[in-house]
Parts: sequence; structure tokens; C-alpha cells
Amino acid sequence: MQFWIIQTLNSIAFGGLLFLLSSGFSLAFGLMRIPNLAHGGFFMLGAYLGATVTYYGGNFWIAMLAAGLGVGLVGIVFERLILRRLAGNVQGQVLVTLGVSFIIADLCLLIWTGDPWTLPAPSELRPPIRLAGFAFPTFRLVVFVIALITAVALYFLMDRTRLGAMIRAGVDDMEMARGVGIPVSLLFTVVFCLGAVLAGIGGTLGAPSLNAYPGLDADMLPLALIVVILGGAGSLLGAFVGSFVVGFLYNFGIALFPDLAYFILFLPMVLVLVLMPQGLFGRIPS
Amino acid sequence: MSRSWIWLIVVAIALLAVPLVVRNEFYLNLASQILIYALLAVSLNLLLGYGGMVSLGHASFIGLASYAAALLLNAGFGHLSSAVLALVFSTACGAVFGMLALRASGIGFLMITLALGQIVWGVAYRANTITNGDNGLRYAERPHPFGIDINHAPNFYWFTLIVFAIALFFIWRLTRSPFGAALQGVRDQPRRMRMLGHNVWLIQWLAFVLASFWGSVAGLLFVYYNLFISPHAISLQQSAEVLLMAILGGASTLTGPIVGAVVITLVKNVVSTYVDRWNTLLGAIFVIVIMFMPFGIVPGVRQLWLRWRAPKKQAAA
Repeated sequence: MQFWIIQTLNSIAFGGLLFLLSSGFSLAFGLMRIPNLAHGGFFMLGAYLGATVTYYGGNFWIAMLAAGLGVGLVGIVFERLILRRLAGNVQGQVLVTLGVSFIIADLCLLIWTGDPWTLPAPSELRPPIRLAGFAFPTFRLVVFVIALITAVALYFLMDRTRLGAMIRAGVDDMEMARGVGIPVSLLFTVVFCLGAVLAGIGGTLGAPSLNAYPGLDADMLPLALIVVILGGAGSLLGAFVGSFVVGFLYNFGIALFPDLAYFILFLPMVLVLVLMPQGLFGRIPS
Repeated sequence: MSRSWIWLIVVAIALLAVPLVVRNEFYLNLASQILIYALLAVSLNLLLGYGGMVSLGHASFIGLASYAAALLLNAGFGHLSSAVLALVFSTACGAVFGMLALRASGIGFLMITLALGQIVWGVAYRANTITNGDNGLRYAERPHPFGIDINHAPNFYWFTLIVFAIALFFIWRLTRSPFGAALQGVRDQPRRMRMLGHNVWLIQWLAFVLASFWGSVAGLLFVYYNLFISPHAISLQQSAEVLLMAILGGASTLTGPIVGAVVITLVKNVVSTYVDRWNTLLGAIFVIVIMFMPFGIVPGVRQLWLRWRAPKKQAAA
């Protein structure tokens, strides 16, 4: 019984982390049609930046914000300098993001070496929560709560604000949005930057459980892809539901059938693709 | 005899003569390696160049064929039966992957092939009891096709060259066949092709299956060459390198991917001898090629050549 409860809580926490990772990915994909293959690299960069700031004595939450800002800045530069010049060339944009992901991974290896960096959870959250005889790491639940707050905030941003309305208009019909005077190109940068910030924050929040190590990017990217394929590109609700589905499958898969964990992840993606190729909540035909 | 036939014969003789000129085993093995990657890039180009479908999981066919062959050989199967079974298994996986990936088009296709490739990699990496995880699988010896020993570098090179030539001939014929024309029609005008009564899905799927088949053949050569297979050989980076070969050389041509394979394999081997920063360079090549040379080397050179020729023609006329 304890096993199931602990694994369930782990899955929920991991699902929250995946939402931070994949919501930005999904937003950028929904608006710009770019599956940013450097997104896993953004996550890894966030983990390294967070670990570095805390290593030099910074507070965990400051490290998290610093990682978010740092990665967001990388996102802005990348979007403005490179992606912008390839407007309309979707295939080129995808491949350029892939090239940038290699550069990020290699530079991380150069700066932070091949040894994993550990990032301790903030000291105030280290004592585990004890409830009815169970002890559970407080920090992981906090990650889930942060993801939940992010989800609600993103929902309000997208559904209740003028900015969100403009973004949704851009997603639905870019030409028309341009036509009625929405600065679609500026929105691209904003959304891309927002995705990068979320990935950077997610990286720092993930570091206490995952560590920052070379290859973290390649481990996270397929999870983000599966979340988005499952949930449907451009849909926040899809990213949310997909994150928790993948979180549960991944955790229980590894705990119960370590050899087959990847197959288990892959099955729901296949089922969804066969039954509804747009994903569970996808609106855009791809 | 037309001029292109003369060129073809010259190139063929030059390629056959490589082991007579290159005596250094390291360089000869490098040549074999280039041929294997060229075959992989040419097979990918069936999808990319002729079908307009960008696959980011093509290295998984190296993995599927290599692992299957190595496991079967280690289980005591003969060379012929394990090679055939490995090709059948790998191509069958390709058929399934094609069905899944073709549920979407364009970027969705790319994402699904990427996810599938990563899953193949993940299974190879995690399924320790079968694949030996990160340590990889080793097996004893190369086959003896028709009683010929291909353990020596020159013999292996010739063996690879023959397989490569057969594959290239097949793919060249295919692209010139009605099927190839239909495939290119689907790439350019999918709607029109559908209106004309072509089964667009079937055409794309068959192209995917054929690309997986020739990719699997490259995978067999790969495992015969290395006598070893590990998850490293099928990572996303490997898939991306192959894709870059095709794009760098020129995906719209038959020879482009071969040129790309030569350039990338040489650069990679040269760079890794001197510095560790191959991945940064690879990423930079990606960005530069896509931003400044989107059509690749072969079409670019061809255009320069035509421009250089054009004034002379005018003068002659």
C-alpha cells in the first residue's frame, strides 16, 4: 500500500515538472508551429544555472528565478537572431533548433564538465511531511503546487487577458491576426521567451530529484514530445493532462517494469495517435 | 554513350581502386564508414528529398537491424538467416513506425519519428537484460558472403561498395519509376494527387518502408563493420547527423546525401582527433547550412557550374 501511495505522489510531482517543461513547448508550437527541439536544452540549462547559483551561496528560490531569467534571455536572443530570419521556413526552424540544442549541450559539458551537479532542495522544505504514518518529501509536493499555480496563471493569461486573446487569435489564424493589427511577430518573441522561462524554472525545480547531468536534455525532450503529441499541440489543458498521464506511466513503469518503461510510455501515445491524431485536446490539424 | 555514363564509369573505377591506392588501414576503414553512412543518408533521402517528409528517427533502423542481427548471431543462428531475419524485423518495425508517423504530416511527422527514435534508443539503453544497456552488444565475426573473407579492410570495403552500389542503383531506378514520380507528386501537390485518384497515404507509407529497408541494410553493414552495437549508435545525435548529411549535400539530388556523408564523416573524424568540441561544430554547421545554404552543396555547385558555362555557350552560338 505504501508503495502505491509513494509512487502516486511521485508521479504527481513528476507530472507537475513535466507540465512546466511541456507547457512552454506546447505554446510555442501552437503559435509558431516550431517544435523547439532545443527545449530539452533549455531545461538542462535551467538546472545547471540553478545549481550554480545555489553553489555560490544563493537561496534556492533566487536560483530558480535567476535560472528562469537566464534561460528566458537565451530564448529571446535565439528567437530574435536566428528563428526570426527563418520565418515561414518551418522545416528550417526545426532543424536550426536542433543545431542549437547540440551547441547548448556541448557548451554545458564544457562549462559544467561531465560530472553531475546536485542541487539540494531548499532547507526549509527538507523535513518530510508526515501524514498517517507516511513520510513524503515536502519539496516534491511544492513542485506540484508551483506547477498547479503556473497552470492556473497560464489559463488566466490565455483565456482572460487581452494578451491571451491576441495569442489565441495568432494560433487560430495568423494571417487574419496580422490583418487586424495584432503584432504577431512581437507575440512570437513573448511566447517563445515565456516557454524558455518556464523550462528554466522547471530545470531548477527538477534538479533536486533529477540532478543536472549531460544528457538530461535528451532525456527530457522525448517526454515533452510525448506529452504534446498526447495532449494535442497548442492546448494548455492537453499539456496539463498529458503531463500527468506521462508522469504516472513513467514512474510506475520504472518502478514495476524497469526494462519496459519506455515501451509503456509509448503505448498511450500510439493509442492516441491511432484514434485521434490531433491529440486529446488538439485544435490545430497538423 | 552519353557523357554522364562516362562519368559514372570513371567514378566506379576510382571507387573500386581506392584500396589499391589507400594502403593505410585507418583511411580505408574510414572509406567503408563513409559508404555506410552514405547508404543511410541516401535511404533517408527517399523520405526527405523525394517524399518531403523529415524523419528524425532514421538512426533507429541501424539500431533495430544491428541489435536484431547481433542477438540472433549470439543466439547461435547462422549468418544468412540472422541477416534475413534482422532485415525483416527492422523493416517490419519501419512499416509500423510509418503507419504511426503518417497519422500526422509535416512537423507532426517529424515529432513522431523523433519520439519513436528516442524510444528505440531508450529501450536499447534501459532493457539491460536483452540489450546489455549502455555496455552494448558484441559479437564474434563478420560473415563470409559466397565464401569470401571480408575481415580484411580492403575486402570489407569492396563488400560495402557492392552493397552500396546495388542500393544506389535501386533507389535511382525507383526515383525514375512511376512510383518515384508519384512520390514526388505527393511531395509537391498532395491535394492534386489525391484528386487524381492516387492513394497518397499508401505512396508515402511505401516510401517509408523502402527507406527503412535500406536503412536496415546500412545497419547490418554497420554491425558487421564494428562487430559491436551500443545505444550510442542510435542516439538522436546520430539521426540528426544523417539528416544533416542529406541536407548539407542537397536533398533534392541523388548524389547530395553521398557528398554530405563524405563531408560530415571526414570533418567529424578530423575534428575528434584534435578537439572535443565536435558537437558544437555540428550544431554550428546545422545553423549555418540551414540559414545560408538551404539547398545544399550539390545544387549550389551545379548552379555555379551552369553560371560559369553559360557565357561560353552564348559565345559559341
